[in-house]
Amino acid sequence: MGRRQNNKQGVPQDVDVEKRTGKTVTKRTKFGGNRTNRRRLQEESKNEIPTTRALSNIELTRKRQANDPLRANGAKANGNAKKVKVGSSATTNGRTAPKKDAKGPLPKRGRNADIDEEGEEELDSEAEISMAEDEQDSDADSGEEADAALLASDASDMVSDTEDIPQPAEKRMLWDDEGSDASASDDHDDALLDDEFDEALDSDLGSDDFDSGSDFEAKSRRTVLRQQRDEAMAQAELEDAQLQTNIAGDTLDILPDDDADEEDQPTDLAMVQMRIQEITRVLSNFKEMRDPSRSRADYVTRLQKDLALYYDYSEFMMQKLYDLFTVAEALEFFEANEVPRPVIIRTNTLKSRRRDLAQALINRGVNLDPVGKWSKVGLQVFESPVPIGATPEYLAGQYMIQAASSFLPVMSLAPKENERILDMCAAPGGKTTYIAALMKNTGLLVANDANRDREKALVANLHRMGVKNTIVCNHDGRAFPKVMGGFDRILLDAPCSGTGVISKDPSVKMSKTSEDFRVLTHLQKELILAGIDSIDANSKTGGYFVYSTCSITVDENEDVVNYALQKRPNVKLIDTGISFGREGFTSYQGKHFHPSLKSTRRFYPHTHNMDGFYVAKFKKFSNTVTSDSKGPAKSQIKSKPKPKAVKATAAASTD
Amino acid sequence: MRPLTEEETKILFFKLAKYVGKNLTYLVDRPDEPHCFRLHKERVYYVSEAIMRKSVNIARNQLLSLGTCFGKFTKTRKFRLHVTALDYLAQYAKYKVWIKPNGEMPFLYGNHIAKAHIGRITEDTPQYQGVVIYNMADVPIGFGMTARSTAELRKLDPTAVIVFHQADVGEYLRDENTLF
Repeated sequence: MGRRQNNKQGVPQDVDVEKRTGKTVTKRTKFGGNRTNRRRLQEESKNEIPTTRALSNIELTRKRQANDPLRANGAKANGNAKKVKVGSSATTNGRTAPKKDAKGPLPKRGRNADIDEEGEEELDSEAEISMAEDEQDSDADSGEEADAALLASDASDMVSDTEDIPQPAEKRMLWDDEGSDASASDDHDDALLDDEFDEALDSDLGSDDFDSGSDFEAKSRRTVLRQQRDEAMAQAELEDAQLQTNIAGDTLDILPDDDADEEDQPTDLAMVQMRIQEITRVLSNFKEMRDPSRSRADYVTRLQKDLALYYDYSEFMMQKLYDLFTVAEALEFFEANEVPRPVIIRTNTLKSRRRDLAQALINRGVNLDPVGKWSKVGLQVFESPVPIGATPEYLAGQYMIQAASSFLPVMSLAPKENERILDMCAAPGGKTTYIAALMKNTGLLVANDANRDREKALVANLHRMGVKNTIVCNHDGRAFPKVMGGFDRILLDAPCSGTGVISKDPSVKMSKTSEDFRVLTHLQKELILAGIDSIDANSKTGGYFVYSTCSITVDENEDVVNYALQKRPNVKLIDTGISFGREGFTSYQGKHFHPSLKSTRRFYPHTHNMDGFYVAKFKKFSNTVTSDSKGPAKSQIKSKPKPKAVKATAAASTD
Repeated sequence: MRPLTEEETKILFFKLAKYVGKNLTYLVDRPDEPHCFRLHKERVYYVSEAIMRKSVNIARNQLLSLGTCFGKFTKTRKFRLHVTALDYLAQYAKYKVWIKPNGEMPFLYGNHIAKAHIGRITEDTPQYQGVVIYNMADVPIGFGMTARSTAELRKLDPTAVIVFHQADVGEYLRDENTLF
């Protein structure tokens, strides 16, 4: 259409506008007349040979024209009345222009007036939705376009020339048809309805045509055309949408969160990303770059909404995670969650040594490197021509595929030989087998998990790795001091929301609700108390308890640990023994935790390139739960572990 | 969980002796730490007595495994060795077969071992003798039963089956759900 508009630059605009408006008005007035006339047109054109149909249409039009000269004049007069109005609409609705531009090349390709008309009618209906004034404009255009297509079929090479000349005739044809019944009454009320009927009719007619035409070549050509047109329309729609958001975006860059109902607008990710960057920039230097009429909260809520949209989080989760970081860091964090973490394997020191294993795997073409100074058993796999989880070395139990973060709680636990150790939530056994390896298969390792299905993998891994000192059981972790107590060390890798492992399991982004968090934190608090009560404080080598989660929210970490400190004054937090990681929060959103929470450790995907993780290490110094004084606790130390465990349980139940 | 009956012990030891021969005594009378066999849900576990005593705390229903699972008794009261016993079998095995790298994967997929894949074999291995299979890096990857004696081996063509497959470490992946 744009092409046509260009052509028309030489032609007086008035004439064009007149025609358009004239056409629309009459067309809208009554659909009955329209139908009959079209059918007549159809029938007559059927008599013609398909290839010359377009030509015949023109003849037909001329015939009609001759029959009904008054119509054309009437229409013209009508159009004149509307001229000013349409002109203004054209200027105000600048955004429809590009859509038409995109449509431009269509008529040129068009061989069949019916098809093109049909398409344009569709376009019309879109325009109607967007604006009443527009309707007239584009509606009229569609008619024109169809006509042009008619001609183009015969004079495809000289489109620009022919177009302008026969157009008046063509125009009049349509108006005539419709006008004959409409008698120029401007009945706008039924406009929408009528148009819908028109559309249906058009397509009907089109299909009729289709059947009658025995020319298969033409048929296929039409199909191709239809496809092309559909594509072009989709493209146009896209551009249109983009344009709309552009308008919105330009204002929003400066005025984020302008109005609430902008949510309904189609949003485009590139735009959102730009806005995220813009707001981040403003927030980084808020004093100078802010819009004075906007509060920081406005910017932040906008940013959160955008981030939630861009990275596909629910708003609840976005809020939860965003609050943990500064603005720039939050962006890094969300970005890091989109990238997979490196594949790490842990050498099973019960069966192999890291150097031998590395050599064996290198011989298989695996590209790997030691994971870093912090671990003597980890290897990072960069690429592997063989599946790393099915090599003979893996099957022989020489290594375990294990996230780097899951080394940490075990390193913090620091198991010693001949101890009695409990892993409360053991499946699928990555940490458990690491503990067993550090214990060198001595002492006793109790591996518990509440999920029986997952324990199959746990048992398989234990056997594959050659671990022989374990008892695997299927208790609820909260049953623990009753089932068995007096452990030297306990690892509780609590069930959690998994906000640290979003790169592994992105479903967390959307699925978790506040209810999930409430249930989980409750369970975690029960488990941590059960765990602490199962420890023997008098152990010569141990008395340690490690709490860890693969989550980074404060509710599941600091809050739970703080709760344990309050409920069990016979434990204290000690250094985790891990050289890196961030310190735990001591206060968060108005909550104040015990200052010793500084010694706990947080790990983030964006800073440590491992899954988000949290580790806290407790030392139990007394088996009695008396509140502050260490005196009575000391006297209790001499007594046997069993009654203590019972006492602790009793205390737990009274809580 | 209970100790094995006389009958069960006989069946088990007879089976184990096929692989480890007289070394079986080392398994029963451990010099380091007393170990015992325990039957739990038709599976036989080999475990140190200290751990066995601790495990009585745990209800039968909740106990899934302890120590090392050696295998299970079938419904017809035969004993079937599982690949999980490989560690101990490899430690005390009398007869061994090493397979070449190109024969490693076929064996791990559960196939018998053809002559072409055999890298080394213990001298004087008789026919129908339980053997432990190693790869050339001396890592045990399964066990089986010889189809021919070492003496016969030389005359055979390369495709002839020498060792019948019984268990391989590939089962950790293939049969994880049925093995435990």
